[in-house]
Amino acid sequence: MSEADLRALGEEYKYHFVDEVKPVFVAERGLTRRVIEAISYHKGEPEWMLKFRLRALEIFQKKPMPTWGPDLSGLDLDNLVYYVKPAEVRDAKSWEQIPEEIRRTYERLGIPEAERKVLAGVGAQYDSEMVYHRVREELERQGVIFVAIEEGMKKYEDLFKEYFAKVVPPEDNKFAALNSAAWSGGSFVYIPPGVKVELPLQAYFRVNTPEFGQFERTLIIVDEGAEVHYIEGCTAPMYSTESLHTGVIEIVVKRGARSRYTTIQNWSTNMYNLVTQRALVYGDAFHEWLDGNLGSKVTMKYPSSYLLEPGARTEILSIAFAKTGQHQDTGAKIILGTPHTSGTIVSKSISKGEGRASYRGLVKVLDGAKHAKANVECDALLIDPESRTDTYPYIEIEEDSAHVGHEATVSKINDEQIFYLQSRGLKEDEAAALIVRGFIEPIAKELPLEYAVELNRLIELEMEGSVG
Amino acid sequence: MNQLEIRDLWASIDGETILKGVNLVVPKGQVHALMGPNGAGKSTLGKILAGDPEYTVERGDILLDGESILDLSPDERARKGLFLAFQYPVEVPGVTIANFLRLALQAKLGREVGVAEFWTKVKKALEVLDWDESYLSRHLNEGFSGGEKKRNEILQLLVLEPAYAVLDETDSGLDIDALKVVARGVNAMRGPNFGALVITHYQRLLNYIVPDRVHVMMDGRIVAEGGPELALELEAKGYEWLRERVKEEA
Repeated sequence: MSEADLRALGEEYKYHFVDEVKPVFVAERGLTRRVIEAISYHKGEPEWMLKFRLRALEIFQKKPMPTWGPDLSGLDLDNLVYYVKPAEVRDAKSWEQIPEEIRRTYERLGIPEAERKVLAGVGAQYDSEMVYHRVREELERQGVIFVAIEEGMKKYEDLFKEYFAKVVPPEDNKFAALNSAAWSGGSFVYIPPGVKVELPLQAYFRVNTPEFGQFERTLIIVDEGAEVHYIEGCTAPMYSTESLHTGVIEIVVKRGARSRYTTIQNWSTNMYNLVTQRALVYGDAFHEWLDGNLGSKVTMKYPSSYLLEPGARTEILSIAFAKTGQHQDTGAKIILGTPHTSGTIVSKSISKGEGRASYRGLVKVLDGAKHAKANVECDALLIDPESRTDTYPYIEIEEDSAHVGHEATVSKINDEQIFYLQSRGLKEDEAAALIVRGFIEPIAKELPLEYAVELNRLIELEMEGSVG
Repeated sequence: MNQLEIRDLWASIDGETILKGVNLVVPKGQVHALMGPNGAGKSTLGKILAGDPEYTVERGDILLDGESILDLSPDERARKGLFLAFQYPVEVPGVTIANFLRLALQAKLGREVGVAEFWTKVKKALEVLDWDESYLSRHLNEGFSGGEKKRNEILQLLVLEPAYAVLDETDSGLDIDALKVVARGVNAMRGPNFGALVITHYQRLLNYIVPDRVHVMMDGRIVAEGGPELALELEAKGYEWLRERVKEEA
């Protein structure tokens, strides 16, 4: 795709940069009762939700900032804007208004068109596109609910209320409380019993895509024996003037169901990305998290699976890429609560320049969870001598018959590999990128092809000029 | 001028001089053998030709078709048509042979290579080596036996079709069947547009790849040159005989 093509697209599409959209309403800075009331008012919410938000606000205000992880001292919570209600999508923005760096990346990534449109915030436009229309019709026929979370709250209130904030209550942590108070945007998904959704549900299939959520909240319920693969986000750098993204993802995987949640995020490097993702997994059900974290200034994200009934299984795969100025503090949590539950964590991190990638994970086997099994494998790849990686593997076992394995490796890109690949004609940075791609291959191969291709391209971009 | 020329080459690693004035010419269209006892500097020469940054060239020059490649990076040398089959091919986990070969071919040709074109080339190479397609989806040298690694080097040679190849002890650790396969690969490349320097410790490989010339290296220098019969003589008499002769001459 040439720049000219993209410029042409830019005439039609409007990007979701907060500073470029003329908003209808901007809340005052800081998170206050007034701001919460305003959010609730503008969303036209039921009373119970306002009460929930206000309760969460109190919890947020009481909880101290977490100090056990990355340095969050640069995050000024009182100086953020917590809600912006965007204007209707009307005035096209020109391509030139998008920061050069991001434009170039879009271009070189060859972002899938549909995704580019999401980035451009043109949700309404692809209602007319037949392919997505057909997908949606098919989903509706099967009774699948896939809507914006605000719509889910209003249209399916009983179902929504039954699960909302049950997986991740506001008391869970300070940022879950923050999200609970200020949430806006995200998906509500319900898969009826026995329904197997064949195509991955991607955020851009969603009808009436709302604004990009700084405090997005997604609730997915996979009923008994149902199957779904949900893909959120995209690999293009998401740009925002506000420096905080705090999401909450709640997933309920009922008896015998299978689900996978894939997200690959590439936030702009001013962003604190503090996300709580948790799944409750019931009897003989299987849940997978596939989590890729690039970009951002600080990421704290530990997708969790709570294995609540016998036979529940989970797999958590994560990739983190940290460059200079970035700290990716990522990992996973598995709670094995009952007999014959099992879980696997595979974490791969790459640190480049002065970047720092930390694996932080918890495997907890509760008393009585007989023959529970868990395995953790975390591999770190260091590109430069000043790159940093740490591992914080917490393992708590209360049950004697449990089997928990942990394996950690740290490797460096070695000169012999580079020389070997170079001797076949690859440039030094191409060689390094290929080695990195090989390193993440066990996870990348689990991605749908277009995302894998995109991830590889992104890694190449990140690795450009990295050596020599 | 169509030749790989090594001119009074001196080189060292960690302050230790390994090559002490190597002079050697491989004209395009010929296959030469480089023999010598362990520690003579044969493999060092191979790596230096390919541009291994571990070594420091102190003096002399390397000319590819009359043009110095001394200041070129390993990848630039490769794109100019030089190929080194490694004595110890390196493992690159997670990267399939197919993916890697196609990237390498594209780098060499400086253009996109379509799937069909790539496939045709690779298939031909696999046939020569009597190798199964399934190897293409395996990761580069990962978990390969010594023989498989060497075969994989020759696969790359056949697909990349360099103008000049240096084969660094490609025969070491191979049984006779594997040796024949490797030889078949190199012989398939022979022709007016290909020159090769086959580095070997033993004469055995030269039964299957009959060289046009044989050079013998000792202590960082070429000490003897001759036709294929020189290899046989070395096989019969060992390197000591030559070492004595060199001493006498000095």
